Amino acid sequence: MNPYVGLVSSLRTAWLTGKTRAAEHRVSQLEALGRFLDDKRQPILDAMASDMRKPALEVELSEIILVKNEVNYALNNLSCWMKDEFVEKNLVTQLDTAFICKEPYGVVLIIGPWNYPLNLILVPLVGAIAAGNCVIIKPSEISSSTEKLVAETLPRYLDKDCFAVVTGGPAETTQLLENKFDYIFFTGIPRVGKIVMAAAAKHLTPLTLELGGKNPCYVADESDLQNVANRLVWGRCFNAGQTCIAPDYVLCSTETQEKLLPALRHAITQFFGPEPRESPDFARIISDKQFQRIRALLGSGRVAIGGQTDEKERYIAPTVLADVQPSEPAMQEEIFGPVLPIVTVPNVDEAIAFINSRERPLAMYVFASDSKLVRRVLEQTSSGSFGANDPMMQTTLISLPFGGIGNSGLGSYHGKFSFDTFSHHRACLLRSMGLEPMNSLRYPPYSERKMGLVTSTFEIKRKGTCTLL
Amino acid sequence: MDTRQQVVARAGAAFRSGRSRPLEFRLRQLRALERMVKEKEPEIAAALHADLHKSECNAYSFEIMGVLGEIALMVDKLPTWVAPTSVPKNIMTLTDEVYIHHEPLGVVLVIGAWNYPFVLIMQPLIGAIAAGNAVVIKPSEISENTAKLVAELIPQYIDKDLYPVINGGVTETTELLKERFDHIFYTGSSQVGKIVMEAAAKHLTPVTLELGGKSPCYIDKDCNLDIACRRVAWGKYLNCGQTCIAPDYILCDQSIQNKVVENIKKTLKEFHGEDVKKSPDYERIVNKHHFKRLVTLLEGQKIAYGGETDEATCFIAPTILTDVSPESKVMKEEIFGPLLPIVTIKSADEAIQFINQREKPLALYLFSNDKKLIKRMISETSSGGVTANDVIMHYTLPDLPFGGVGNSGMGNYHGRHSFETFSHRRSCLIKSLTMESVNKIRYPPNSPRKLDWAKFLFLKRFNKGRLGLIALALLGAILAAVIKWPTLEEKK
Repeated sequence: MNPYVGLVSSLRTAWLTGKTRAAEHRVSQLEALGRFLDDKRQPILDAMASDMRKPALEVELSEIILVKNEVNYALNNLSCWMKDEFVEKNLVTQLDTAFICKEPYGVVLIIGPWNYPLNLILVPLVGAIAAGNCVIIKPSEISSSTEKLVAETLPRYLDKDCFAVVTGGPAETTQLLENKFDYIFFTGIPRVGKIVMAAAAKHLTPLTLELGGKNPCYVADESDLQNVANRLVWGRCFNAGQTCIAPDYVLCSTETQEKLLPALRHAITQFFGPEPRESPDFARIISDKQFQRIRALLGSGRVAIGGQTDEKERYIAPTVLADVQPSEPAMQEEIFGPVLPIVTVPNVDEAIAFINSRERPLAMYVFASDSKLVRRVLEQTSSGSFGANDPMMQTTLISLPFGGIGNSGLGSYHGKFSFDTFSHHRACLLRSMGLEPMNSLRYPPYSERKMGLVTSTFEIKRKGTCTLL
Repeated sequence: MDTRQQVVARAGAAFRSGRSRPLEFRLRQLRALERMVKEKEPEIAAALHADLHKSECNAYSFEIMGVLGEIALMVDKLPTWVAPTSVPKNIMTLTDEVYIHHEPLGVVLVIGAWNYPFVLIMQPLIGAIAAGNAVVIKPSEISENTAKLVAELIPQYIDKDLYPVINGGVTETTELLKERFDHIFYTGSSQVGKIVMEAAAKHLTPVTLELGGKSPCYIDKDCNLDIACRRVAWGKYLNCGQTCIAPDYILCDQSIQNKVVENIKKTLKEFHGEDVKKSPDYERIVNKHHFKRLVTLLEGQKIAYGGETDEATCFIAPTILTDVSPESKVMKEEIFGPLLPIVTIKSADEAIQFINQREKPLALYLFSNDKKLIKRMISETSSGGVTANDVIMHYTLPDLPFGGVGNSGMGNYHGRHSFETFSHRRSCLIKSLTMESVNKIRYPPNSPRKLDWAKFLFLKRFNKGRLGLIALALLGAILAAVIKWPTLEEKK
């Protein structure tokens, strides 16, 4: 007997009462989420520090501020989002009411990863609540301190009938996925994304998959590379590189590689001091398994900067690998650590061909002062999102959809896109019982004359032509 | 004859050449399709008649007119839709370019259905082309004349490599689904929908599934029964009931059941005359398999009207069944034929409960003079779409998204919804390499002061008023001018 049948069933019962649909209920739950973030600020900081020694500023920015933004943005806009969206009509429906109604799906499952363990369950949760759903939240067991915090304290803030937190590992998640949900939101790696989608297929459950990949970073030949280096180091080292949208590897010419290395070294020293291990602003790797995986990649190319590791602390120094070959291990998997390989390519055309020969990434970056070059890379490649001259910042804009394409995911969210993701867009046409003679055009017996009239009354008139009536 | 893999590979290579992306190319292909439909209208109508005994009028109204309308809409709106969408910025990005770039997905697979075999291939195809994709087209083999015609005509009018047609049955489709696509658009049954999604999962391919179900039709005591029944009869028996959004069954009070039957009977005589078999406007069941399936649904039922069948011509008369038990076979599967069961209920609440106990349907229909009741029934149920006081009609408005929910499908299309379904919205943030001082707030080494600035710059306040963009710009300017950060040492 599946251990979660009872839980899913009780949430479905709560769902059928219609409780979560009411605007007041949605607002109260969102406000409670905001209070959770305020009340539990210190426990959150402590949990993140315990899980991966995430620096306080990184936690504040990525796990608290960005989530609060989503809560407040949803609260500010909810009534507008919930409104029916009226649409253009044709002649025969002129007197009718036609609109798109945004409806909750029902019982939603959110599965979170370990790298931003709070943000990546709470931001989807904001969308699911705003859209009026009941939600089961499954935080990652790998970020165990945050998992414990969420499981113990979050339910105290939310309506227990409508929201639940489930803990456990792969076995428990597999069992959870055997149940029928009305929507599944998964953040994690592509391999598991396929498993989630196959499970969803059994129940025809729609889903969003936020996955990953290797985010390329093309650096053009520029005269001054210090700003480039600053931004690259910031992006690569935030959360010790354990970020799905971090720059994964650099593509540049040999000359630029030579100029970039000292600039990178300089940035690393400025940010973390001569001994990054002693900096309070540099995180650690989440687990032994991840640590060993990343350490094994250090044999690719040559270690130009960093390379030091400490197994006990799960510390990997900010590292740059130069002259990496495309076939080497560091170029075969998403790095998800503070290691930046540089692969040299002669020119931007080669860089584009290189990028296009691989799976489509979640993000892509170009560093160039030539806007035409930026444009060219944008037009000739594909990725979830695109940043010129700065990594990761596109995801802090609540007005931009955040999601992947191909192997890096399907669907998107953030801001209103979250609300739309967790809503069914129901087409509604409310007709009157009148004007039946108009309707009779469509009834048999058919005739040529009827056909002509049907055509003119059903089509949408293009702007500039006048309408009858 | 090229293999499946070769055809798909060639479509992929054609897509990667980039030629399907420019707006002019897409418009040219769409206009070519328009020419095809207009020039080959007789052939298309003939194929539809051969497959489903569809009359020329019906073929035009439901297959051709819709396609022409969709193409006209695309051609008109596409230049607006393909343009990047600017979005609101925050303080940190005031001087940057921030927009959504609409891009094609790549190679799309469109699998059609047999009941409206032309439009259910063409409409997704139009959307996929408009969005700049390559498209592999797989018409339903069951409507074999239309499938053959589509395979002949499409290559004559639009790019052969980008838009190949592959015909075949279940085996061929299963094999085709092993290939990797960038989106799969499937119209058909829920059962096969699961198979399609499972195949898609292997490649993380997004899907749009236009499935089906039993679309309920609630007729309230308080409504104009004459008009309601006429509209229901039209929608139910259209295409001999083989319409995914046909009203599948009626829910009404016992006291009006007989009147409903009488009204529908009267209407059918108006539509088709005394001998419906002779009516040129009444279709046939697509094949013997479905004919036999429908005949078994009649077993044990009270036939209030109709019930005549003729296997040789796959003819089933428009039929009404009364006092149908919810447990009977006819209430367990999507009928997809001209059998109309009436299930009696005692109230609107019971109807709502009845509907909610079942899988979410593709469409919900309700007839009532009571506007409040209509609103309540809509809000207390779920379905792909709704038409109140009529049937089918929500399908005809291109600005309404057409799609299912739950067992009746996922995703939607028509009009701009097609464009969005077949596009990737790529978020773009274009910054400059200068203005590094603004960035320094986020670089380590961290400090409480930096955190305060981060909060100030990033945190949205919950408030009803908004800072105007001008105020924000002023703030940004002050920020840049006033803040002095220790500069990173320039490399000597």
